[in-house]
Amino acid sequence: MTSRREVIQKLFKGAALAGTGGLIWSTATGKHKSEELVLRPPGAISKEKFLKACIKCGQCVDACPYDTLKLAQPEDKILIGTPYFTPRETPCYMCTNYPCTEVCPSGALDLKKLTRRETGTSIDHAEMGLAVVHRESCIAFWGIQCDACYRACPLMEKAIVLDFKKNTKTGKHANLQPVVMSDACTGCGACEHACVTEKAAIRVLPREIAIGEVGDHYIKSWEENDEERINNIQETGTEKDTDVETALDYLNKDEELFD
Amino acid sequence: MTLKINKYKYLVARRSIQITVLGLFLAGNYLGWEVLRGNYSSARLFGTVPLSDPYAILQILASGFIASTDVLLGGIIILVIYGLVNGRMFCSWICLFNIVADTAIWSNKRLGITTQLRLSRKIRYGILVLSLILSAIIGISAFEAISPVSILHRGLIFGFGAGWAVILAIFLFDVAVVKYGWCGHLCPLGAFYSFIGRFSVLKVKHSKEKCTDCLKCFDVCHEVQVLDIIGKKTGIIQSSECTNCARCIEACDDEALFFTLRSPLKQTTKKKQLS
Repeated sequence: MTSRREVIQKLFKGAALAGTGGLIWSTATGKHKSEELVLRPPGAISKEKFLKACIKCGQCVDACPYDTLKLAQPEDKILIGTPYFTPRETPCYMCTNYPCTEVCPSGALDLKKLTRRETGTSIDHAEMGLAVVHRESCIAFWGIQCDACYRACPLMEKAIVLDFKKNTKTGKHANLQPVVMSDACTGCGACEHACVTEKAAIRVLPREIAIGEVGDHYIKSWEENDEERINNIQETGTEKDTDVETALDYLNKDEELFD
Repeated sequence: MTLKINKYKYLVARRSIQITVLGLFLAGNYLGWEVLRGNYSSARLFGTVPLSDPYAILQILASGFIASTDVLLGGIIILVIYGLVNGRMFCSWICLFNIVADTAIWSNKRLGITTQLRLSRKIRYGILVLSLILSAIIGISAFEAISPVSILHRGLIFGFGAGWAVILAIFLFDVAVVKYGWCGHLCPLGAFYSFIGRFSVLKVKHSKEKCTDCLKCFDVCHEVQVLDIIGKKTGIIQSSECTNCARCIEACDDEALFFTLRSPLKQTTKKKQLS
């Protein structure tokens, strides 16, 4: 027969062990939520859901004919066992039959993500990332003729276009500057793979990192109906707005200035 | 020679099945065979039948994601198979960590190391519960994120990276710190499978009449607590922590231990009578 004291002691020990163990465990695991610069296979659902859903079976890696996809290993600082790719090593070659997305049993890669109502399911709808050009290290911006990324792009003239700018150094040549169109770029990374500079001047970043957001405070007055977005703005701070007097008076009160 | 093989027939069978399953996964990944593709977390049999680790699914659900029907169906298939046959047969007949653990215990005996630390074999159930709670809190499958079992299985099929260090650490832990440390005390996957093996059919039976109390079975068993009836009464090894590895059957020179089938229904009525 164990005494009440012993039971309480045991409970306390158990709770302490589970608590500290759980804390170490969760800090070791939870950090993966903040991993930001990982590129996932085509059709991957939103980051947070992806980390929950992926069962880490590697069937997408198995299905990838180019060995583009890898499963994260402990040293990769990516949630272990989840698929990712590094375009500078091997880009996604955008198989038209998307074998990796199709084979996924868990729903972490979802064909719905590759499907649009108007155009159906296509690998061109993939949103693995968005290519971003660093102008200063891109030799095309220097004026040296290079269109490696433009030629490598599987959606040439849609995802990457060349902007012809006058070369002011010579006065008679053109700079063929690559420009990424974010609505068409899939983030396959063929451009990053092809880039001739030592460290790629064009890089694929996860879309949520690369893409900005205007919000509803600015509108395009020259576009019909764009003004309606203003209605999305939620009214804030109405209570303070009515308190005009203190706003006007606060500079007049010396005691608040010298306290 | 034939006698010796007969003595180790279950060991040979277990190793053959373990290696065959691994081989089929490897052939799936590297040769494109359609027999078994994926890995031990989730796989596809003959290109159609989904198979999934139910414990991994439980963590996915706990983390707050409704697992896909494919995965759920695969989990149910596995649950039914192991629930019916014997839950922890995964541990000794499929899981490759079993080979690591066996090598560790062999090394321990060869080196003559006496381990000092004693751990409760109940810890694994605590870890099992904790893993589900943590999955819910952090929103990621908590055990799958660190599981040495998955690291081993994935590593063998898709490449280890630094994962081998984890396996080595647990191997050394088993050799020098706690005997049967991982599989017998800590692994929540094994704990999970012993849960679902409550009413399974294939069990080891003991005959008191034939037993000579030589205790050889105690020497080889990795879950000695299940051998409580040895030499005391005739009957079935009740504990679902028994992995049906058949080491005791192989070790027994008196034919006092053997496989038997029991009715899962009888088991439930017996329990009711007891309580």
